[in-house]
Amino acid sequence: MSKVNLLKPNKENINLFLGLGVSFFILGILDFYLNNFYDKNITSFLPGFISYFTPLIFGMIGLHFVRIEFSGIKQLDKLNKNINTSNFNAALSFSIILLLIFSIPPLLNWFIFDANIAGDTKEACTGGGACWVYIKVWFNRFMYGMYPNAEQWRVNATFIIVFIFMGLGYFFPLRFKKYLTLYYVIFLPVISFLLIYYLISGGEFGLEWVETGAWGGLSLTFIVAFFSLIFCFPIGMMLALGRRSDLPVVKYSSLTFIEFWRGVPLITVLFMSAVMFPMFLPDGTYVDKLIRVIAAIVLFEAAYTAEVIRGGLQALPRGQYDAAKSLGMGYWRLHLLVILPQALKLVIPGIANTFLALVKDTPLIFVVGLLELAGMLGLAKTNPKWLGFSMEGYVFAGIIFWIICYSMSKYSYNLELKYKTDR
Amino acid sequence: MKLKKILPQVLTLLFIVLIFGFFTMNAQENMDTRGIEFGFGFLKQEASFDIQFSLIDYDGSKSYARAYLVGLLNTLLVSVIGIVLCTILGVIIGVARLSPNYLINRTASVYIEFFRNIPLLLQIFFWYFAALRALPMPEDAPLLLGTSFMTIKGLFTPAPVWNNFDVFLITLIISLIIIFFFNKYAKKKQEEAGIQYPKFLISIGIFILVPALTFIFGGVDLTWSFPELKQLAKTSYTYEGGVGIPPELIALTLALTLYTATFIAENVRAGIQGIGKGQKEAAASIGLTTVQVLKLVIMPQALRIIIPPTTNQYLNLTKNSSLAAAIAYPDLVLVFAGTAMMQTGRAIEIVAITMATYLTISLSISLFMNWYNKSIAIKEK
Repeated sequence: MSKVNLLKPNKENINLFLGLGVSFFILGILDFYLNNFYDKNITSFLPGFISYFTPLIFGMIGLHFVRIEFSGIKQLDKLNKNINTSNFNAALSFSIILLLIFSIPPLLNWFIFDANIAGDTKEACTGGGACWVYIKVWFNRFMYGMYPNAEQWRVNATFIIVFIFMGLGYFFPLRFKKYLTLYYVIFLPVISFLLIYYLISGGEFGLEWVETGAWGGLSLTFIVAFFSLIFCFPIGMMLALGRRSDLPVVKYSSLTFIEFWRGVPLITVLFMSAVMFPMFLPDGTYVDKLIRVIAAIVLFEAAYTAEVIRGGLQALPRGQYDAAKSLGMGYWRLHLLVILPQALKLVIPGIANTFLALVKDTPLIFVVGLLELAGMLGLAKTNPKWLGFSMEGYVFAGIIFWIICYSMSKYSYNLELKYKTDR
Repeated sequence: MKLKKILPQVLTLLFIVLIFGFFTMNAQENMDTRGIEFGFGFLKQEASFDIQFSLIDYDGSKSYARAYLVGLLNTLLVSVIGIVLCTILGVIIGVARLSPNYLINRTASVYIEFFRNIPLLLQIFFWYFAALRALPMPEDAPLLLGTSFMTIKGLFTPAPVWNNFDVFLITLIISLIIIFFFNKYAKKKQEEAGIQYPKFLISIGIFILVPALTFIFGGVDLTWSFPELKQLAKTSYTYEGGVGIPPELIALTLALTLYTATFIAENVRAGIQGIGKGQKEAAASIGLTTVQVLKLVIMPQALRIIIPPTTNQYLNLTKNSSLAAAIAYPDLVLVFAGTAMMQTGRAIEIVAITMATYLTISLSISLFMNWYNKSIAIKEK
């Protein structure tokens, strides 16, 4: 056994250092645990300020002792390399471990162990944790707004049919592939519009008419986001082409339009659609609130879409334009047959990101009185029978939105990777 | 050939003129039937509504123009605080994201994925309606750091009370000018003779010492006024003295900062990763220290990648601060496009002013950041 230098842990005394390190580490965690969950301070004999930091100091000493290079133990080497390269790193790692110990048990208790899910009334919630009964009772309202319960199958049916039509594009036989863009840009929007008009709104074919004011919840979020996307795409495309045009009037009017909408917040645009827009129409014209909102969002998002598409147009090499021109193609043939098909393929990930931003923006429509998910939560938490459950509501909505947005962002990231390798 | 160039332009112009003409005509007609006259004279009228939180002197007897100013200042306040905080947090998280330490790296990426995928409005609602509502009432609030109280009615902290504040401010500006010239001189010396001064330390020294001298010679005096509990009614308490930061401002700043920081963190990460490994190795091989490598080689190049997308995030934050209206923080949208519009009914003028204000703010931020970006861009000779 060689000389022991406590400042420089070495391989010769590995058992001693490992023993010391692990015990200090455990001591640090124990100190922290007792302090936070049992109100016992085992280092209370030290002055207050130092006693506050003892868990961290113990942990750092522990990690210092186990920091042995080439110890021959695979797990230890891996640990040192990943979380324990220097004293500073050890302190950070240990703080994160303490933070996890501090936050995870109370969170788990609130979410699962102390939570209530059985029952139908507020009185069923007796534990100190979350009251999922509230979510259970209000679930239909959160999904469909004030849409009558008996008619909700219509909303579901519409969404399922639209999804089936969207998926159909994948199974197109090869010789119809050239109509794919046409299918997605014209046929699908028309189909979805008809479905929403006849099936969700109703009023014909013996279906009860449901006014747009009653639509709401998560389904409204999707309706607004989907429609805005469909319409802002062609407008954005025209604006992008206009911005790159050689004609000064076209160029500067597109530029002004884009910069104007990009410079103002969406909430003022929605205000505009609610209070200013009716002033601009002939007296007595009534445009449905939902349509006004969608029109406002379309104008707003078209400006962003235009910038995304412009990025795709700029990424194409000049040779594409020159080659098409040398074949004698005019402006429209050049763009429709050569430039746009390539540029649009490049910007699919960007469009997916725009759609993601759109979904995250839709809760804003509460300012004009349309209640999608976040708006419904605001309504539910003021219901006198269910006061005091705003936390559960927001956590629930947060989880739903997080799942949607996270999967969409992962999808667009994968698309990005896919199209990168293509070129 | 000429027709091909002129015709589309004429058609575009015609289209724009027709739309604008249609809208103005209808607006004119509508306003006539309702007996409203277009004009900005209403700005001078008495506003006669109260605003909860104001940076300048305001009450109901002041004009609408004054109310507009209050709203604008509140918007700017939350934007500036948000931009400063989210830059600091974003840089820390972005660097942490690149750390070789597994735990730190994972924590940073979990933070980013968590906060950027939840709508901002929902986050504001969460902080305001759920998290901050769980705070104690003023009478039960514990003392924080010996000075402040965090209560359901907001954060109450000590307020500085200055004597001869203007003298202090002037010396502060003078010290900044001295620092500017000193840095110029030091750079010149380094280029001419290769002499290096400890620039940073001397600058900090000037910045602290010169204003500090005014406490001794300039008659400047600083005391703190501490918040004290005061009983309003039998069960209603509040704090007097100090600064009261309303919960709306706290919730809004928290949500804006946490949300925007995720995007800035990703920009910072992309910027640092965008610098080739060769740069670091080359810098190390000519004998620069780690700090010098970071300061002289990596950061100047990374900043060029980081700044343009970060400008966009600053713009987004400023525009997103308008979500304040949802939790009744008296910003421009709530005060002006909300209350003032309800009272005057002048939809067109007020929405136009509000939009023009946001456009001006957006344009000034992007002009400033473009100027800054240009000043650090590669100067090709």
